[in-house]
Amino acid sequence: MLSELETEQIRSEIPRYPELRAMVPEALRIVQEHRGWISDESLRDVASLLSMSVEEVDSVATGYNMIFRRPVGRHVIMVCDNVSCWIMGSDAILTKLRERLDVAPGGTTADGRFTLLPSACLGDCHEAPVLLIDGDYHANVTPEGIDAVLESYP
Amino acid sequence: MSAVAERLPLTARIRPDGRAAAIDEYEKAGGYEGLRRALTMTPAEVQGVVTESNLRGRGGAGFPTGKKWSFVPMGEKARRPKYFVVNADEMEPGTMKDKMLLEGDPHQLIEGIAIAAYAVEAEVAYIYLRWDYRECAARLKNGVEEARRKGYLGGHILGTSFSLDLYVHMSNGRYMAGEETGLMAALEGRRATPRSKPPFPQVSGLWGKPTVVNNVETVCNIPHILRNGPEWFRSLGRTEDAGTKIYGVSGRVRKPGLWELPIGTTLREIIEEHAGGMADGFAFKGLLPGGGSTDFLTADHLDTPMDYASVGKAGSRLGTGTIIVLDDRTCPVGMLISLERFFARESCGWCTPCREGLPWVARVLTAIEEGRGEEHDLEILDFHTRMIRPGNTFCAFAPGAIEPLESALKYYREDFERHIAARGCPYR
Repeated sequence: MLSELETEQIRSEIPRYPELRAMVPEALRIVQEHRGWISDESLRDVASLLSMSVEEVDSVATGYNMIFRRPVGRHVIMVCDNVSCWIMGSDAILTKLRERLDVAPGGTTADGRFTLLPSACLGDCHEAPVLLIDGDYHANVTPEGIDAVLESYP
Repeated sequence: MSAVAERLPLTARIRPDGRAAAIDEYEKAGGYEGLRRALTMTPAEVQGVVTESNLRGRGGAGFPTGKKWSFVPMGEKARRPKYFVVNADEMEPGTMKDKMLLEGDPHQLIEGIAIAAYAVEAEVAYIYLRWDYRECAARLKNGVEEARRKGYLGGHILGTSFSLDLYVHMSNGRYMAGEETGLMAALEGRRATPRSKPPFPQVSGLWGKPTVVNNVETVCNIPHILRNGPEWFRSLGRTEDAGTKIYGVSGRVRKPGLWELPIGTTLREIIEEHAGGMADGFAFKGLLPGGGSTDFLTADHLDTPMDYASVGKAGSRLGTGTIIVLDDRTCPVGMLISLERFFARESCGWCTPCREGLPWVARVLTAIEEGRGEEHDLEILDFHTRMIRPGNTFCAFAPGAIEPLESALKYYREDFERHIAARGCPYR
């Protein structure tokens, strides 16, 4: 069941679009902000609220990088591995994170604290390499500096 | 108008403390005068001014903006509502220019939207915003509220019959959603799959209604063109192109960054003067002039002016104008793996050459890099540069994805051959 707050937030956005189905991306993001990811149950709830089939809603949910159809950790680490970050050493950052968290890209740590994801270009190329954790940018990251960055995400 | 604003209109009001200018500060600097002027003209006259200014799209394709608008059906018979959409998806690898404008001066964009929407008689506008630009979203939403209270948005703008609703729409993250028709599909709440043209969006776009999609930087130029006139705008460029351009440099240079400069500034000046030249211990080997989907250029091209025609003549594209520098210690094959993996990952899967070809290219490149390359692998890569071509795919993203590969095979073929002969990467 969607919470009253989720339903209200979704409904408040509806007037911005001429068709109900245009609300799918917004609705998925609102639910994910509350729950961290989109479960099968959430998918059904969104479909029913917007009078759509579950399959249609899932086709949108799986069509975008930032909608998670699997549970994620308390904190999501996005590591940019695109060209500018790669030139500036993103491989070493990713290697360090894999070792430190003992998890492969796409995975979540055993304690549920972190999910590690490679990411499309984060749009901060002049400060590469870049990490995004829960929406916060960390620029000019070094392998040595990783521990200090992680500490601020308990 | 200050001397800086006269030469560098896009960034003159961006504050060093990082705060966005509030609406009264923006007004004090001449803000919303362009809109006031536009509203004294007919929409056709506003289109005429923008056409005369020679403004071209800053998102990558470089299409003349006034001409793009001129295809929109006008008057009583046009189907409504018409839509004006700002492409603020900015997902091109190596590109970070629009964020500076969105965060630094949101009202400049909002004023540009109001003028553009008036010029094409649109009554609804959306800003399609990149998924992680949360600060931009907050500042834009605040700016929209401020503008509404002052009568620059909403019903009967500045007492005229022109009305416009402007909404900020956050993307859920997909490179394809930055492609004009993919963006429209995404806004309609579908997967970001491209649509064939014709019909062009100006005739049948969002929800089948006339729609114009323009890039952030393009729209930000419009208030200044209306306020200062098309001749002034044309005088800003160093070559035949008009205006300024936000250029960026990333890679192993001393001072990576972003600068607004006259369009047509040479690659050499941007890299050596503004980016401070190569970082200590690194030598220049090549560059991508305008984001990940443009062809490599080499040291022979450094005196090329960064405008549409000159970069085209050199064998690449101005693209987004954000330069990615390749140095002598970075492996070109490795750089291509990063690029082609991104494109393979972000392909929407609609067209076979892109869906099947790009992962194949990424796998072959990885094999070469890891010492499993064979002689005929270069033929496989050459084959893909012929298959992933305009005409074989719906949208321009697949040909864009292959541009860095095709040019690397031309300029850095020896590097590929050394990898295969040495059974590994000679840069490690």
